[in-house]
Amino acid sequence: MLTIKNLHASIEGTPILRGINLEVKAGEVHAIMGPNGSGKSTLASVLAGREEYEVTEGEVIFQGKDLLEMAPEDRAREGVFLAFQYPVEIPGVSSTNFLRTALNQVREYRGQEPLDAVKFLSLMKEKMKLVEIDQKLLSRSLNEGFSGGEKKRNEIFQMAMLEPTLSILDETDSGLDIDALRIVSNGVNQLKSDKNATIVVTHYQRLLDYIVPDYVHVLYKGRIVKSGTKELALELEEKGYDWIKEEVDSAAV
Amino acid sequence: MSTLTTQDTFDVLLESAPQNFSALRTAGKELYQSAGLPVAKAEEYKFTAITKKLEKSISDFRAASPISISKNQIIESTFKGFDGYTLVFSNGKFLPELSSQIEGIEVSGLNESTGGVGTIAKAEKDAFAALNQATFNGGISIKVPKKVQVDKPILLLSFNQSNDGQVITPRFWIEVGDFAEVTFIDQSVGLVDSPYFINKVVEVKGGINSQINYYRLQHEGDQVIEVSNIETDVLADARFTSVNISLSGDMVRNNLSLNLLGSNCEGNMYGIYLLNGKTHVDNHTNVDHTIPHAESNELYKGIFDEQSRGVFNGKIFVRQDAQKTNAFQQNNNVLLSEDAIVNTKPQLEIWADDVKCSHGCTVGQLDEEALFYLQARGIDKTLAKGLLLYAFVGEVLEKIEDESFKNHVVGLIQNRLGSKF
Repeated sequence: MLTIKNLHASIEGTPILRGINLEVKAGEVHAIMGPNGSGKSTLASVLAGREEYEVTEGEVIFQGKDLLEMAPEDRAREGVFLAFQYPVEIPGVSSTNFLRTALNQVREYRGQEPLDAVKFLSLMKEKMKLVEIDQKLLSRSLNEGFSGGEKKRNEIFQMAMLEPTLSILDETDSGLDIDALRIVSNGVNQLKSDKNATIVVTHYQRLLDYIVPDYVHVLYKGRIVKSGTKELALELEEKGYDWIKEEVDSAAV
Repeated sequence: MSTLTTQDTFDVLLESAPQNFSALRTAGKELYQSAGLPVAKAEEYKFTAITKKLEKSISDFRAASPISISKNQIIESTFKGFDGYTLVFSNGKFLPELSSQIEGIEVSGLNESTGGVGTIAKAEKDAFAALNQATFNGGISIKVPKKVQVDKPILLLSFNQSNDGQVITPRFWIEVGDFAEVTFIDQSVGLVDSPYFINKVVEVKGGINSQINYYRLQHEGDQVIEVSNIETDVLADARFTSVNISLSGDMVRNNLSLNLLGSNCEGNMYGIYLLNGKTHVDNHTNVDHTIPHAESNELYKGIFDEQSRGVFNGKIFVRQDAQKTNAFQQNNNVLLSEDAIVNTKPQLEIWADDVKCSHGCTVGQLDEEALFYLQARGIDKTLAKGLLLYAFVGEVLEKIEDESFKNHVVGLIQNRLGSKF
């Protein structure tokens, strides 16, 4: 589904990603872990098409298409979804209106009929249950005045509505209490199928107790320096990142 | 073509002014002549070089005679969904035969028995108000008697077109009795895209506990130059709300003055400017709190694209006696182009010591992070921009209580922003 080859990216001339290689197949869950500043969020942003990052080398193929050539909206329409680390508050745009516009733009791109108000509302009601989100929240301006947990739940709710092929969860667990974490993870797990894939970007292992990964990759200084299964995450939880840093840094000398 | 100068620009107009209201006109002429047109960098017109603009763009400073208007033109120019009364003007002259009859309201051409003309919009405050007082042609008087609640909005539909001259001088006198309620929609239609100059004065005399909405849509051709002076007296327990929507024109200057004269009254000034091309719009507002326990609210939002230019100047006076005043003012602007300019200035003068006043002006760009967020959900960039900008001005649109007019304005704005959804 997704093939990342030798991906290099920089921001304002500073290289952040220095040769990422990653293969994600349908049905898989990949966790990207790593210390702060290792490039985890950059990778998520580059995949979603954030313009500040300049890709200097490498390629990303998503379902046979060159992802890097596409505008952010086209990536979303092709089925890439980024759950933001910091969802943006947009006063004056109601969540409902926003989602309906987004959903219908995605449907139009895929050659589907737009949903009318009735069908849209019933779909919304169905998906709301997944993340236990209150309808009152959705009649308000997008994310405005939402708590941290409500914002993250809203991200997963949007994901449920848009039914992406590849979901990238950027630090979705940060700042969540255990109840919210359980709700969010539960939503993600229910959306999982053998046709879609998930990349979970996280600093902490805790989330992976709830969203169990097939593969764990450790990112450090812009490269994947270690890959393994969920046991690697537990090892990191126990020993921290220093041993990996040392391994990599001594190898470089 | 003769070379015009500041001194004699409007001489022909002054000499050929109508004969009625002679005392008023003489006073206006004297005030105009002693003030003269604003010179370059005059404080009140610092960012709006109106004199230069007039001398460059207008060649015939005579009054434009009324043109004939057909019923069809009126129907075509009335926005969809409008349900109300229509009063029709041609180059500033009221056309009663084409206008609605409104039961219980006195509507007539302006004549000397009207009384009060010139007592609210004070000619000494602005050279253009003085010039209007000296030269207005026609005009209208609308009187809503005490306790009358006008059931539907009144559309003041003005057709403009340069004719034998290029100067149009409308004058409205509106008197609303105690406890009366009325909504006006002031809209001008340019019949051809030619340069002309509108110098308009609207005086509103509101009664005790009256409720008045004055909505205005400026959406004429890109060669129109306009100066308007709208002034109102707001008495005790009354509410006056102005919503001004500016979408086009060459150079537009709006002077809006609210005199809060009775306790527990409320004055609201709201506006949107959504400009492109080289349009220049200047909103100068002035609210004068003279008595205790009154409230004023002001919110203007501007979006400037291409080489457009905006000016906002909001004066709030709180006199020594006006304790317990609540006065709020805000002006927020978004610049979409590097060539767009906005000058914004709050100007508060507060002599009372027990008041709540706030003001804030911002000038910024479109929030890139918000734009990316919408795009990342599959929304086209142009549409996403439109959604964000529409949301930005939405707060002002909410102030329009008449649904049909609101829908009309929403449609125009969404069209401009490419944000229909």
